[in-house]
Amino acid sequence: MRQLNTVAFLVENKPGVLFNVSNLFRRRGYNIESISVGPIERSDLSRMTVSVKADSRELNQIVEQLAKMVDVVSVKRLDPMRTTMREMLLIKVNTADPMAREETLGHVNAYHGLILHIDPDSIIAEITGEPSAIDEFIDLMRPVGIEELSRTGVTALEKGRLKL
Amino acid sequence: MVEMSGAKAFVKALELEGADTVFGVTGGAVLPICDELYGSGTRFVMARHEQGAAHMADGFARASGRAGVCLATSGPGATNLVTGIATANIDSVPLVAFTGQVPRGMIGTDAFQEVDIIGISASATKYNIQVRRPSEIPHAVKSAFYISSTGRHGAVLVDIPKDTQIEAEDVNFPERVSYRGYSPNPVPDPREMDWAATLLSKTRRPVIIAGGGVVAANASLELVRLAELLTAPVTTTLMGKGVIPSDHLLFAGLCGMHGTGEANMLVSESDILLVVGARMSDRTTARLEEFSPGAKVIHIDIDRSEIDKNVETVTRVVGDAKLALGGILDRLNKIRLDRQTNGAWLRKLEEFRRQYTPPEQPGNPHMAAPKVMKALRRALSRDTLVTTEVGQNQMWAALYFDVYAPRTFFSSGGLGTMGWGFPAAIGAKAARPDLAVVDIAGDGSFGMTENNLATCVEEGLPVVVVILNNRMLGMVAQWQRLFYGRRYMAVDLGKSPDFVKLAEAYGAVGSRPGDVEEFERAVGEAVKSEVATVIDVSIDPEENVFPMVPPGKGLREILVEA
Repeated sequence: MRQLNTVAFLVENKPGVLFNVSNLFRRRGYNIESISVGPIERSDLSRMTVSVKADSRELNQIVEQLAKMVDVVSVKRLDPMRTTMREMLLIKVNTADPMAREETLGHVNAYHGLILHIDPDSIIAEITGEPSAIDEFIDLMRPVGIEELSRTGVTALEKGRLKL
Repeated sequence: MVEMSGAKAFVKALELEGADTVFGVTGGAVLPICDELYGSGTRFVMARHEQGAAHMADGFARASGRAGVCLATSGPGATNLVTGIATANIDSVPLVAFTGQVPRGMIGTDAFQEVDIIGISASATKYNIQVRRPSEIPHAVKSAFYISSTGRHGAVLVDIPKDTQIEAEDVNFPERVSYRGYSPNPVPDPREMDWAATLLSKTRRPVIIAGGGVVAANASLELVRLAELLTAPVTTTLMGKGVIPSDHLLFAGLCGMHGTGEANMLVSESDILLVVGARMSDRTTARLEEFSPGAKVIHIDIDRSEIDKNVETVTRVVGDAKLALGGILDRLNKIRLDRQTNGAWLRKLEEFRRQYTPPEQPGNPHMAAPKVMKALRRALSRDTLVTTEVGQNQMWAALYFDVYAPRTFFSSGGLGTMGWGFPAAIGAKAARPDLAVVDIAGDGSFGMTENNLATCVEEGLPVVVVILNNRMLGMVAQWQRLFYGRRYMAVDLGKSPDFVKLAEAYGAVGSRPGDVEEFERAVGEAVKSEVATVIDVSIDPEENVFPMVPPGKGLREILVEA
């Protein structure tokens, strides 16, 4: 069964590494749902988090193929039970209709979001949460009127003593 | 620290790696490097096309076990190398390719002869590096040799902008290089070897599939010992040919699409399959769903990502094949093995061999390719190095040309690059001038890189090319004959040049034997010749390579005749 999995890995923070990683995914036909990347506390390394649909054999291949890359320093498949996962959403909603505005404010509030900007005709809100909560929120906002949205992709850390 | 130009640092770094031969084609973006090579101790073998240079370096590496080096200019020089780089990389050959690049300030401007060779070669190399300063060159060169020749071997490309070659800077030459993300650990886990040995001690119907990893690890001795201890028939992939002598009692031949019937049947009926240093590609397994259904698979490989990639295993040993096989042997020597039952298993080998040997075609006036292969073997000493091209010639060589030692038979296995064999033979000859080198070719393949005759004659590297000439792209024609109702499309090579005259035009020798006896004599003379020889052997354009497992079928579905 192809399930959504999260793989985190540390890479050398230098030009071309993101290309090589995405090139690997493209070439082997792995289906990336999201990818997020940023430097870690030691600035010579970056941490990448990839969310990918794969069965267990494919996932094993993804981990091994990544591990094989010279510029990948460590790689791990994250166990969802032992991982905190977050994704951030920025969403712009058409709120020309006062009802829509009220509904938007209510939903954002319910999802512990922030209102970042208000225009006469639109609102930009920020929601942070588990990717599934983001999906729910987007579904909820669809009938209200989404102008545009942007998701950061999943970022994740393992709980307790576990680390990459 | 000493100040020198990037080009000087490059040539010095090459010398420090012991790279005495560079195969290449010059050009604008490598002029400073070529100027430094002028008068240096490094031999520069000039190819007539960069693809040939890369294949020569590949052949050099396979024959010597040391990294082969090729050099090309930017743009088309670099792109022409790509086929050669991909060929070496998929066959896990240590190849180091250097390309010139436009000056740093012009990178990204679509300058004359600029190409993004780092992007282009990314999928076809183990690693690649673009240097940006002269002081980075020694580190990059050292890294290229280190990464290409450790772990699972492969191709590494280093791209050097022209102004970086010219500029002078303080440089130092590192003793060693290290990468946090690269620690090729060849030592297998003892527990993995315990488990493998335990499984092997209980086998009744063992088969060993040996691949190129056994050659790379110089593990033939251990492999043959293990096979003898277990009375396990050994079949090889194309890349593994030679790891066990062809005349060994336990050798079952090649397995896979053009494997022998006995190898394919034994693999299909085995209870334990020990795979050593093989990728288990589609050409080896045939239809995966029907591959060796009753067998537990044990896989030894230095590349962890190969395990469970295509064939599911019950256990694995990750590491160097020589260490892994040695460790398993040590363990098995301490266990009492029940060898009684294996006599019956060995008799199966004979049974299948009788059952699946393709019949001879009597009354055909042409020389039969299998007979030509046998005659060639008779005419050559056991240590002769042999390369093949790709297609029917390659499969006839794989099936019917006996090989007695590792690193004496070379073929483009993974990429199947037509035109590889001839330049690879030149590279092999440069590495081993003491040995005779023969390229088993087809007329189609030879046509793809025949211009290397110039290099061959110029450099005094007298290789022998045996063309199995059927005036066809034979393997494609075979498929069209068998699976496309004889609708021959784009396979007729009737208008190829006269290969004897062609050889003579280049200053080489050509001959056209009329029968197998004449052929054997011609080969005997050719290997003694001071110049390259092309032997044009006319064969039947209708001749098929058998046995064959048709595409999409399981290993048991063996065709031995049309």
